[in-house]
Amino acid sequence: MPQANEGPPTPATENIVEARDITKFYGTDVHALEKINLGIPVGQMTTFLGPSGCGKTTLLKIIAGLLEPSAGEILIKGVPVSGPGPERAFVFQDFALLPWATVLRNVAFGLELRHEAKDEREKVARHYIAEVGLSGFEQKYPHELSGGMRQRVGLARALAVNAEVLLMDEPFSAVDEQNRRKFQEDLLHLLAVEKKTVIFVTHSIEEAVYLSDQIVLLSPRPGRIHSIIRPDISRDAGPDEIRRDKNYLDHVEEIWQDLRKYLE
Amino acid sequence: METTIGLSGAEKSAFSAFGLSNITVYRLLSILGLFALWQIGGLVPISVAFPTFSDTMVAMYEMTADGRMIRAYADTIKPLLIGVAISAGFGVTLGVTMGLNRRFQWFWEPIFVVLQAAPVAALIPLITYIYGIGLAAKVVAVIILALPIIVLNAYKAVRNASASLIQMCRSFQGTRLQQIWKVIIPNASPVIFAGLRLGVAAGFIGVILAELLITPTGIGDLITYHRSVAEYAEMYAAIFSVIAFSAITVGSLERAETRFFRPDKKVGR
Repeated sequence: MPQANEGPPTPATENIVEARDITKFYGTDVHALEKINLGIPVGQMTTFLGPSGCGKTTLLKIIAGLLEPSAGEILIKGVPVSGPGPERAFVFQDFALLPWATVLRNVAFGLELRHEAKDEREKVARHYIAEVGLSGFEQKYPHELSGGMRQRVGLARALAVNAEVLLMDEPFSAVDEQNRRKFQEDLLHLLAVEKKTVIFVTHSIEEAVYLSDQIVLLSPRPGRIHSIIRPDISRDAGPDEIRRDKNYLDHVEEIWQDLRKYLE
Repeated sequence: METTIGLSGAEKSAFSAFGLSNITVYRLLSILGLFALWQIGGLVPISVAFPTFSDTMVAMYEMTADGRMIRAYADTIKPLLIGVAISAGFGVTLGVTMGLNRRFQWFWEPIFVVLQAAPVAALIPLITYIYGIGLAAKVVAVIILALPIIVLNAYKAVRNASASLIQMCRSFQGTRLQQIWKVIIPNASPVIFAGLRLGVAAGFIGVILAELLITPTGIGDLITYHRSVAEYAEMYAAIFSVIAFSAITVGSLERAETRFFRPDKKVGR
């Protein structure tokens, strides 16, 4: 893992991604997002949390450049962008792996699109396959892997292009609960090493509190920012201690009280 | 290929003594069963014009040994190859373009839907008015039968390419060309190849129809001639050889697809 994010990230003050007045309509009558203004601090984990239909995936895909906002703009390091760019990498909810390609080629696919030499890109891919714990599976095809393993391939592919910002769209929703917990722990560990900025979409309150430095709570139809919460849980403790931590449990409860009114 | 799933150890062991997998055994049984029925049907006999399987095979051997069958194939294979090559090349290109471009689709789709629905045998006399009775007419007959199904399959395959994979390619800044070559076409290849297999099989029908209806040459001539002199074993040998040849060609297309486009299918899907 060379370059990228040299030096310690400046806390909270420096935003690598900014959303300005992002509004999104689908067609004429579906109002998905209304004037979202948001800063994503560099080197931190930000979660978009909210009930289904609150536009969290839409917002993530607008930041990724995969969807056009109806109004407003996205700035990356202060520069407005339209469309996807090399500083952002996406991890898909449905994994989006090429079924005809091996794990090795899938992980190297982002680099293949950039015309990197085969040796070079496979070397990088092998490194990240090892980092996500899939060594020995390089020559397997996606259909030979479990859901959790497929998403590890998706994560390795996103890491391999060495983007500063990882955009993860409900990456664990198709993974069973045991694997999900393991994956969350591995993700935290990996991000401590890789020092990426991560934007993570989830509908799981526990997942959001467990993983995030900053939680953006969205309210539904049209999606607006309801509140921004910084859980401030020490990551030094082990995963089991965190899950029993009073602070952690209080935050989960507080968010649940906030969200339940949208369900009625 | 796809049937390899769910081979339990117990199922495997029954025939493994002969070095055969379960699939091979069942496939052989299916073919042998058909031949047995044929033999019984010929022994009954269903009709004086229906020879037994064994008589047909003897006739086939004789016709191959004295070179008649080989000379006939030399005639038949030329329009078939030209017609199938044109249909495959042009058909896949056009179908893929239709899948990528709506205007192309709107313009071409009705033509091929009509062609596919048309009773082509009835159109073949029309071909002779335009193309005479030579090679060109036979090539046209092959193309008319093979092309529509290849085009329509290729177009539908591309149109239904996985939106999620296309989005993935975009998110990693793939160009439109990379999107087409590295994602859309491999993603569509199973259905494109299904169309090619059907198209090649239809091309065989086309060339035989042309040889029966336009000018008696090649295999079509063998069938017509032996029918006219009531040598039914020889006639069925000719028909059988066409079916076998067609089946083998279609089978090898499937192997080529697995080998070059979808290696993942080899690993028990």
